[in-house]
Amino acid sequence: MAQHQVNYASAGGLPVVLTSADHLINWGRSNSLWPLTYGLACCAIEMMASGASRFDFDRMGVIFRASPRQADVMILAGTLTKKHAEFTRRLYDQMAEPKWVISMGSCANTGGMFNTYAIVQGVDRIVPVDVYLPGCAPRPETLQYAMMMLQQKIRRESANMNKNKKQRFI
Amino acid sequence: MRRYTPKDNVQKKAKYTDRFWVAPQVPREAVEEGSFFEEVVDELKSNSIELLDYYVELGQLVLHINPQDNVKTLKTLKEKKCFKMCSELSAIDYLAQDGEFEIFYQLLNLDKAQRARVLTRIKEDEAIESVVNVYKMANFAEREMYDMFGIYVNNHPYLKRIIMPDDWVGHPLRKTYPLQGDEHAQWYEVDKIFGKEYRDIIGPENRDPARVDRYDTQRFARVGHEVPFGADPELVDKTDTPIESRYSKTFLTDYTTGSKELSERK
Repeated sequence: MAQHQVNYASAGGLPVVLTSADHLINWGRSNSLWPLTYGLACCAIEMMASGASRFDFDRMGVIFRASPRQADVMILAGTLTKKHAEFTRRLYDQMAEPKWVISMGSCANTGGMFNTYAIVQGVDRIVPVDVYLPGCAPRPETLQYAMMMLQQKIRRESANMNKNKKQRFI
Repeated sequence: MRRYTPKDNVQKKAKYTDRFWVAPQVPREAVEEGSFFEEVVDELKSNSIELLDYYVELGQLVLHINPQDNVKTLKTLKEKKCFKMCSELSAIDYLAQDGEFEIFYQLLNLDKAQRARVLTRIKEDEAIESVVNVYKMANFAEREMYDMFGIYVNNHPYLKRIIMPDDWVGHPLRKTYPLQGDEHAQWYEVDKIFGKEYRDIIGPENRDPARVDRYDTQRFARVGHEVPFGADPELVDKTDTPIESRYSKTFLTDYTTGSKELSERK
């Protein structure tokens, strides 16, 4: 016999979920991480593959945005030259809070094989990095894993970004 | 072409000597009589262009000229001898060797499928005349030459850095420029984004020193100090005398004229 009326009084019958504001906000943030389309070198090919149908980033709520104003995550995919560093920092500053950074590949992490005068030796010199993804270039699965690590990090942290310890210069 | 060396059992050897092979010297041939290149040389001479040296190298005509003749030479070659295309233009840093830059213009005659290279040398403080009016491609190429070597180009329409940022200090393709950058280069992004006062907070670059231990018998060894794979490090000779590197000193054999060896064998 179908139950037409919910018995609110009985145990477990309440259509209410009890949670904290932190959990609710972080649940929303972590499941709709929109990265900035920011391919700098060959890692961008892997990043594009991650977004395409075979690896399908969309199923994780990750949708690439072409504007820093709409993005939550900056995936620095590739070699960052010193000439371009200024613009990277500007794009990072243009992103709305809360924002996170994934450093993808050896070049972004440490400068990689480009131990030269023209390459930034690790993007953490100019932007605070949340997840370092090693590899040259990392496979799409590993980028997705990095995104999952970032999701876990977001879920663990406070929803109030000011309370989170983060490497900050300015 | 490099000389063929048998490559069996290279895995067993401690090192593969051909890896540090020195390029052979390319033979320089005289300009043949009655050839197209002789016409080119005669044309230049009749236009009172002083040719310091000229020869044929790998089927390409090489012309050494005085730097003040560069526009006149290229104009003559383009208009009279149909070298319609300038495929490359840049400089080579011989400052340490000769105190000079060598500027080269690589030209192509599309009708005859012949190439010519015009070479000229200038001192460090000298400038060269722009050839943009002759070849349009020289616009970007001369800007790159200015950017990378610091060679000023007179009468260039827009002489500005093309690869490095405008506020860059130094010219990276000079032999004296350090590969890992001078002080300006190493702090460039920090100075530009945060300002010089943030140097202490961010700290110097953490670069891979690429240190190679000459007593390392498992991984890499310094060139000239190689030791057998897996040898006992205690037994490795610890004196500082390097092993003489065995570079192959082969030169190209000119089979058309015949080598001494070949005639002896005959």
